[in-house]
Amino acid sequence: MSISDWIGNEVKSSDVVLFMKGNPQFPQCGFSGQVVQILDYLGVPYKGINVLESDELRQGIKLYSQWPTIPQLYVKGEFVGGCDIIREMFQAGELQTLMKDKGVSMAVKASA
Amino acid sequence: MSYVTTMHTRDIITRKLTEAFTPADLEVIDESDKHAGHAGHRPGGATHFQVYIVAKAFQGKSRLERHRMVNAALAEELAGGVHALAIHATAPSEPP
Repeated sequence: MSISDWIGNEVKSSDVVLFMKGNPQFPQCGFSGQVVQILDYLGVPYKGINVLESDELRQGIKLYSQWPTIPQLYVKGEFVGGCDIIREMFQAGELQTLMKDKGVSMAVKASA
Repeated sequence: MSYVTTMHTRDIITRKLTEAFTPADLEVIDESDKHAGHAGHRPGGATHFQVYIVAKAFQGKSRLERHRMVNAALAEELAGGVHALAIHATAPSEPP
């Protein structure tokens, strides 16, 4: 299986997937950490994938999404954005709307 | 020494964004020093930048599209030494 097939399979088999540096318990980059905080705050179940574990994955994810930086958030197989976009969407309430529209459950109905 | 390197990358980013978007407003901030000790930081390296850009080209574009446009203009820098780029892209008609 190619790395691109592997990524495609991952983003389709979990509703919310975050490609990040480190893992949700120990993010190893401030930008990855910010997205973890937002997802945790919303109470969204997600799968964190540590790109530092494989150089092939770290490069492969950038090609897959045509996006040059980590973190990268996928919802229902679709690329949503990196740290800036996720933070701006969260602050505008758009991330919450997106999760709702895509049928992703949130533990907290955040109004922040 | 490091000051010279840092200024250089910042100037390149400014020039490329100016050429690509003819922005109404543009600010490129080098934040590399704030990330000392962080994984992507290299001592003396220009690694972390923030970009505030206002341009007509962003009118009617989604956040994702705007970021992709800026990333494309700076593809070389992102593939090289620039580790992180925070982007704030708006159209002139939008609130900052």
